[in-house]
Amino acid sequence: MSKGLPETRRDAAMSELVPEPRPKPAVPMKPVSINSNLLGYIGIDTIIEQMRKKTMKTGFDFNIMVVGQSGLGKSTLVNTLFKSQVSRKASSWNREEKIPKTVEIKAIGHVIEEGGVKMKLTVIDTPGFGDQINNENCWEPIEKYINEQYEKFLKEEVNIARKKRIPDTRVHCCLYFISPTGHSLRPLDLEFMKHLSKVVNIIPVIAKADTMTLEEKSEFKQRVRKELEVNGIEFYPQKEFDEDLEDKTENDKIRQESMPFAVVGSDKEYQVNGKRVLGRKTPWGIIEVENLNHCEFALLRDFVIRTHLQDLKEVTHNIHYETYRAKRLNDNGGLPPGEGLLGSVLPPVPATPCPSAE
Amino acid sequence: MARPANLFGTRPLVLCRVRREPDPPPAEALGSTPAGGHVAPIKREGVGARSRCRWPRAKAECECSVALTERRGSPAGVCGERPGAAMAVAVGRPSNEELRNLSLSGHVGFDSLPDQLVNKSTSQGFCFNILCVGETGIGKSTLMDTLFNTKFESDPATHNEPGVRLKARSYELQESNVRLKLTIVDTVGFGDQINKDDSYKPIVEYIDAQFEAYLQEELKIKRSLFNYHDTRIHACLYFIAPTGHSLKSLDLVTMKKLDSKVNIIPIIAKADTIAKNELHKFKSKIMSELVSNGVQIYQFPTDEETVAEINATMSVHLPFAVVGSTEEVKIGNKMAKARQYPWGVVQVENESHCDFVKLREMLIRVNMEDLREQTHARHYELYRRCKLEEMGFKDTDPDSKPFSLQETYEAKRNEFLGELQKKEEEMRQMFVMRVKEKEAELKEAEKELHEKFDLLKRTHQEEKKKVEDKKKELEEEVNNFQKKKAAAQLLQSQAQQSGAQQTKKDKDKKNASFT
Repeated sequence: MSKGLPETRRDAAMSELVPEPRPKPAVPMKPVSINSNLLGYIGIDTIIEQMRKKTMKTGFDFNIMVVGQSGLGKSTLVNTLFKSQVSRKASSWNREEKIPKTVEIKAIGHVIEEGGVKMKLTVIDTPGFGDQINNENCWEPIEKYINEQYEKFLKEEVNIARKKRIPDTRVHCCLYFISPTGHSLRPLDLEFMKHLSKVVNIIPVIAKADTMTLEEKSEFKQRVRKELEVNGIEFYPQKEFDEDLEDKTENDKIRQESMPFAVVGSDKEYQVNGKRVLGRKTPWGIIEVENLNHCEFALLRDFVIRTHLQDLKEVTHNIHYETYRAKRLNDNGGLPPGEGLLGSVLPPVPATPCPSAE
Repeated sequence: MARPANLFGTRPLVLCRVRREPDPPPAEALGSTPAGGHVAPIKREGVGARSRCRWPRAKAECECSVALTERRGSPAGVCGERPGAAMAVAVGRPSNEELRNLSLSGHVGFDSLPDQLVNKSTSQGFCFNILCVGETGIGKSTLMDTLFNTKFESDPATHNEPGVRLKARSYELQESNVRLKLTIVDTVGFGDQINKDDSYKPIVEYIDAQFEAYLQEELKIKRSLFNYHDTRIHACLYFIAPTGHSLKSLDLVTMKKLDSKVNIIPIIAKADTIAKNELHKFKSKIMSELVSNGVQIYQFPTDEETVAEINATMSVHLPFAVVGSTEEVKIGNKMAKARQYPWGVVQVENESHCDFVKLREMLIRVNMEDLREQTHARHYELYRRCKLEEMGFKDTDPDSKPFSLQETYEAKRNEFLGELQKKEEEMRQMFVMRVKEKEAELKEAEKELHEKFDLLKRTHQEEKKKVEDKKKELEEEVNNFQKKKAAAQLLQSQAQQSGAQQTKKDKDKKNASFT
């Protein structure tokens, strides 16, 4: 709607757009250079409002995966993050239930709404990860699941009659829980992150951070960071995708100081200083989850939800998914890239799974 | 709804609270990197700033603990989609039971998500492409100038263009922090020719070319859709000449051809030539003609509450009767865009004078995003579907079993290969035949030559023989002659001798007789 206030005169930067090559142009673009002032208010900036309304109407999808050994507090953390009973906790399992023999993938979907924004949240749990005696290749089912989601999206996208909005089940973010040993990363952690950092955004998280003192925490974090760097593991936010200086400085700060976030999760409330806070009650005090002095949960929450949620989705869509797609269209077909329609149609998927040697 | 091709018979992923055992692996686990290298992730070049909103960092205390249960009575509905269809691959399982609505016991903060999304688009800039279709001199350029409050410089077109040409020019406008890449496409020479049969063709071709370019980009293997400069036409302003009677047949034909490819917004140009009462009749005549001819013009969306009202009221005034002017006239105590006549001043932004303000509202301030979305979701998808079907790809075959693109592709490929082979065979056979023919010819020639040679030889022999015979004859004759000559000589000599003897004898005789 019209804002009613005419804008002050601005100098519009009228630059010419370079003529672009088109396959069969009716008329090539003629570059025109103009220098003139915008007199009066047009109303172009209302497009922001229009866009916002549209996106609020359609709602958002967000798929988050939690990976870590049993008992590290994954479900509790997810519940704390989204302030609701998103996952059933493992402790509520029947004790007689066996530990799963292989890594299972359990995806649970919820709809949450806040401030008029509807979000379809899917939490993907991986019980059984790292719990066996022999944990070789236990990341494979996870990798397979992630690739399956990409495959599903790709198939939908390649259809002739496409849906208006392709349901997005791709994993946008993977929280990897590091056990707070205080020493360094385990080989399993390194292997997992090495394999998966190329297909999905991994955010390493130090679980049950209340077992470490402040010095131990910072030392541990430094060691973890160093090890990740030495092993060439690019966790989110990836350095190579920083676009401008502003991004770089901000993300550098996060990468070098805060990550991996040392978190504590809880869904119980206690009374502290006259306020009800989420926390863990211990004989020596109450650990407040959202207190920045106690743990970094609030940083994680802000990072994932309040500032980088859309970016997580975008990196997944524009980079990881595109990589998968390019690889998929290139493989077993040897089709020439991008030459006309026939050159880029999906070839059949090979029946034999590729052995993961590395 | 086209069912997605379910190739391998895998159990589709059902996103609900059911324990799911790991699938049998039909899909290759592509995550494992090939020995040595790894596929470099695609760099995001030139994408706008990360979509983050600069929200204040978390406060130390817990946020308000008011339960924000805002379930506005929506039945476990999923984000604006049809329930049950959200889990696209869920076979036969209604997902609205499984997806539960959760109530939040505190402020989570994802309501900043639209802001994050919008920020990114803002920094990247928006694209908007308008196509102006109308006769020469009907006021297209002036209207664009008026709409966007600037002077897009261009020379007025002449009337003797041989055909319809499209001229596209791009500009970058900026208002507050929004950057807009505006492209205005003009039809030059529309309606000027004597024979206007083909007038619509260049326009349709241009629109299709833009769709094609986007489709090509989308189908590439290594693509970069997020920083692709979208040139598809989002809105088509069709300028109707203010005759006061009805639509011209050229208008009807052109609009009919364009209505499935682009959002058409018909407007009456130079509306200050029509009086108010005539205008009303003219408008209703136009709308009824459009309806009776089945032309689908752009419908302003009425599904969202905030804009439904204004869109509904504005739709009544279609087609908008506009007046364009970039000159300012002093009215009262301020300057306003207007056209000055001896009998009065037509103010552009006065709603009782013309519908310019309405057009601006509808086109820019209310529905710009919807126009872009319709172009992408409807017109482009239709084009894509037709194009792919033209190439022979289908989603289902006559038995309505879902065809996968792969199968179609394989079938087509085999077909093509078969044809290729056949052609090759044909060519080869033809070649062989030709060779044979040539060979036969050559053999013939050779034989002939041989025969000739033989003949000649024989003739030669004969001649030689004849000559020899003659020679022999001649020799014989010569011999005979020699013999005869010899004989004759001998005879002569004998005769002489005998003659002498004879004469002697004769003499004797004579003598004897005398005696």
